[in-house]
Amino acid sequence: MGNWGDIIIQGILLGGLYGLSAAGLSLMFGVMRLVNVAHGDMIIASAFLSLVIQRLTGVDSPFLCLPLVCVLMFACGFGLQRLVLNRALNADMLRPVLVTFGLSVVIQNGMLEAFSADSQRLQANGLEVASVSLGGGLVVGVVPLLIFASCVAVTGVLQWILYRTELGRAFRATSDDPVTAGLMGVNDRNLFAIATGIALAVAGIAGTFTGIRSSFYPTSGPESLLFAFEAVIIGGLGSLWGTLAGGIVLGVAQGLGAGFSSAWQMLAGHIAFLVVLMVRPTGLFPKRGN
Amino acid sequence: MSLLEVRHLAKSFGAVKVADDLSFMLEKGAALGVIGPNGAGKSSMFHLIGGSLKPGAGQILLDGADITALRPEQRCRAGIARTFQVPQPFSKMTVFENLLVPSAFGAGAAEPDGDRYCVQVLEQTGLLRKANQPAGTLTLLERKRLELARALAARPRLLLLDEIAGGLTEHETAQLVETIKEINRSGTAIIWIEHIVHALTAVVQRLMVINFGAKVADGSPGEVMGSTIVKRIYMGIEVA
Repeated sequence: MGNWGDIIIQGILLGGLYGLSAAGLSLMFGVMRLVNVAHGDMIIASAFLSLVIQRLTGVDSPFLCLPLVCVLMFACGFGLQRLVLNRALNADMLRPVLVTFGLSVVIQNGMLEAFSADSQRLQANGLEVASVSLGGGLVVGVVPLLIFASCVAVTGVLQWILYRTELGRAFRATSDDPVTAGLMGVNDRNLFAIATGIALAVAGIAGTFTGIRSSFYPTSGPESLLFAFEAVIIGGLGSLWGTLAGGIVLGVAQGLGAGFSSAWQMLAGHIAFLVVLMVRPTGLFPKRGN
Repeated sequence: MSLLEVRHLAKSFGAVKVADDLSFMLEKGAALGVIGPNGAGKSSMFHLIGGSLKPGAGQILLDGADITALRPEQRCRAGIARTFQVPQPFSKMTVFENLLVPSAFGAGAAEPDGDRYCVQVLEQTGLLRKANQPAGTLTLLERKRLELARALAARPRLLLLDEIAGGLTEHETAQLVETIKEINRSGTAIIWIEHIVHALTAVVQRLMVINFGAKVADGSPGEVMGSTIVKRIYMGIEVA
């Protein structure tokens, strides 16, 4: 029994990473109906960014680099939206998908060119192997705990921004009806740029943790994207807490799958995703309202 | 100087002209009524003034400054706010939140001050009891009021009302007329498109008739309604 409890707790904590990877995706889709196919690559790019900053500055902790990574990723997101994605946004949903798909290819190959295909890892001074005991024979790693706590914190902050601030009201108004929001004085181009900036800052957090938790390659993005997508869909489109829940469902399913056989780990996650799609196509916590 | 000046505005979709060499002026604080048959280009005129539609030719001036190239949100900040014929609330947000958007982004009001003003507008438009309800749950009358309230929250100098009384009962219309009069008295200039002429004439000092995107009559309500051209094209009365 202790074994199952352990599997479930590890699964929940792993879900935190998926939730973190998916939060930015969920935000961009929620605010501007933009499906960012390059989101996974941006997460990996931010892990490389952290690596580069560490090498350049000599700071040896990815946690100390994190604020700078977030700021730079925000700036990248803001610029990307203003210069590229805003031009791709229109009534046709396919165009931004194609544009971000292209970006995905460019980012992946750019990283291959710059960093080679070798696997990399962010070193966190032994923190990555530290663990704490929860009693009852349960032991959890410090890093997974930190990831989960960050995911809850990030989701809470995003939720607060969306529902309690001027900026968030503008996001929701624009998501509801961009033309009317424009007539109410909201500059949607700037607003979208801020949304993408925030999404990529969150991707920076996800990338840093991805790099600490496991090794990564320039081509790791699509896998990260796949899990993030599944978390968003399982949770219900546009719901941030739902996305976290979706990440947890995915993590637990993978953990249980791995409990049977290591070959089942990925498959179990995808099966859980398909089951949710069949039973509740709108996800576990679809956005309310009409 | 006039508050609004429209100069030789033109816009067509294929062969359909929604604005045809349209020119008129509006003084500060004035109220202008606009009538015309369906499809005459009345709402299109609002789209052009509000900035959601770009004109093919002509200029729009606000306080003497050319605003033709400005985007909708810039025009909103410059003092133009509009309502839609078919209400377009942000349906997943509460009524109060619907007002906070234009208050913050259109009028640039900081939070405590902006919040107070929005409460005042809700009171004026009779929506205070509904403040925390999602806008999607409102009835038609309430939605029309929300259109008005939301436009007012942007603190406009020029308010564009698009058939705000359409579909309301006689009693509701009378209430709305009082509210609009009050808004006009407080110094906000109004252009009001409406088919209910008696509601219009209770508020406006001037009436303009549009047909096929062109101005066909402009003057005092009595003058305009009495003119033969209006009787022929608008009322559908054959005048020998």
